[in-house]
Amino acid sequence: MPLSPCSAIAMEEPPYHLSGRVYGALLNHRTALQALGDSINQPPYRAAPQAPVLYIKPRNTLAACGAPVIVPSGVAELEVGASLGVVIGRPSCNLAEERALEHVAGYLIVNDVSVPHLSYYRPAIPCKARDGFCPLGPCVVPRAVIANPDNLTIRIYLDGELRATACTAQLLRPVAKLLADVTDFMTLSPGDVLAVGVAQPAPRVRAGQRLCIEIDGIGRLENTFVDAAA
Amino acid sequence: MKLARVACAGAIHAAQPQQLSDGRSGVLLTDGRRLAEEEVVWLPPLEVGTIIALGLNYAEHAQELAFSRSEAPLVFLKGPGTLLGHRGITRRPAGVKFMHYECELAVVIGRSARGVRRADALQHVAGYCIANDYTIRDYLENWYRPNLRVKNRDGATVLGPWLVDAADIADPGNLDLRTYVNGKLVQQGNTRDMTNDVPALIEYLSSFMTLTAGDVILTGTPEGVVNVDVGDEVVCEIDDLGRLHNTIVGDQLFGR
Repeated sequence: MPLSPCSAIAMEEPPYHLSGRVYGALLNHRTALQALGDSINQPPYRAAPQAPVLYIKPRNTLAACGAPVIVPSGVAELEVGASLGVVIGRPSCNLAEERALEHVAGYLIVNDVSVPHLSYYRPAIPCKARDGFCPLGPCVVPRAVIANPDNLTIRIYLDGELRATACTAQLLRPVAKLLADVTDFMTLSPGDVLAVGVAQPAPRVRAGQRLCIEIDGIGRLENTFVDAAA
Repeated sequence: MKLARVACAGAIHAAQPQQLSDGRSGVLLTDGRRLAEEEVVWLPPLEVGTIIALGLNYAEHAQELAFSRSEAPLVFLKGPGTLLGHRGITRRPAGVKFMHYECELAVVIGRSARGVRRADALQHVAGYCIANDYTIRDYLENWYRPNLRVKNRDGATVLGPWLVDAADIADPGNLDLRTYVNGKLVQQGNTRDMTNDVPALIEYLSSFMTLTAGDVILTGTPEGVVNVDVGDEVVCEIDDLGRLHNTIVGDQLFGR
C-alpha cells in the first residue's frame, strides 16, 4: 500500500490518518544499553540515561512498505532499526501509566534506518534524518487486536533469511510506562507514532538486499535497499 | 509584507500588524476588522513542517556554555507541540534551577531544497520570524544532547509574532537580536556572528535531507542567557522582525 508522507494509512478506528510525526525512544531495549557496556559511565556520557532519550524521524524520512530505501553514496551499509510503533489515538498529555494504553489507537512496524554511528552524545540528524529513512507499515493494527504489546516477537529477515529476533518484553520502559514518561513533558496527538525501542546488535543492510521486519500480529514490513547511483 | 495568524471571535484569521487610529498596536484582519494586539490570540504564524534547530551556532554563546566549537553544526529536531504564539505563556516546572530563553532568527523554507549550493540558498527562503527557544538545563543528559525533555517541551518554543517576507529583509546576516526580561536588556547579538550563517545552514541541511516549504530552521542564540522565573515577562526582539512577548508561569495553571 503506498504511503505518501504525512498521511494515507487507512485505519478502521480513529484516527483515520497518521499525523506524519514519528518519535523514537533510544536505548529502550535492554540489549541496546547492554551493548554499550561500561562506556555509559565514561565520558562523554558519564551516566546511564535517566529520562527517555528521544529522537524524531522528520517527514522527509517517511516511506511506505515496499518503497526502495536509498543507501547514500559513500556509505557501505545501513543499520536496521526494527521497532514496534505505537499509534496514538487520543490527545495524550501527562498520562498515568495505568491508563496510558487507553490512548493508543493501534500498532504498526517502524524501521528507524540509520547510517551506523558510534556515538550517542549528539543528536545524529545526518545519520537518521535522510530522505526515506523511516519505512513504516504495513498497516495500523487496532489496539484491541494486540492483547499485550509488551510480549511481541520481532523477526528481521535479509533476502529471506532470518538474521535477528527481538522481543518487546525486553523494553526497559514497557509501552505504558514509556507513554507516561514521554507525555510528562510533551503532548502526543492522534496519529503520532512512537517507536518504542530497537534491539542491539542491529543487523546491517547493503544495497541490493531485501529486508523484511515481521512482528507477531502486526504483519511484515518489506523494503529493498538500493544504491544511490542506481 | 508581514503576516500573522490570530484567533478571534471563534475563528482563525490571517492578519497584518497595523497601528490603530488611537495609536495602539493592533492588527488588520483580512475581513476588515481592526483589533488591538491584546484582543486577539496570537498563533504561530504558519503551519510548521519539520522544525530544525541549531545549538552553539554563535561562538560567544558556545564559550559561555563551556563547549568547544564543534566540527559539524549541532542540529536537533523539534515537534509541533512545542510551538507557541506571541503573547503566550510557558510553564516553568517547580523545582528547576536553570531555565533560560534563547532569542533566535527563524528561517522559513518556501521552496523545496535538496543539494542546494550556498549561492542559491536564499532563493529557498519564504521569510523570517523570531523564535524564543526555551531550555531547561536541569534536564540535560549526555544522550543525543540536548534531548527532547530539554528542548521539545509543550509550549516552550515561541514563534512569531508574524512572518516577514524574505524580500523585505535585505540581509539576514546582519540583524541585531536582543532579549529583555521584565524590561531589562539581558541578551544582545547580531546574526553576523553565527558560526554557520543562513546560506551555510541551508547548504548543509539540504546536503543530506530534503527541506520542504513550511520547514523552519531555528538558527541558534548568542551569549547572554540567564535564568527566568515564574511571573517574568520575556521579550525577544530582532531588527525588522518585531518583538516577541512571552510570560513564564508556574505549574498551578496546568493542574500540576
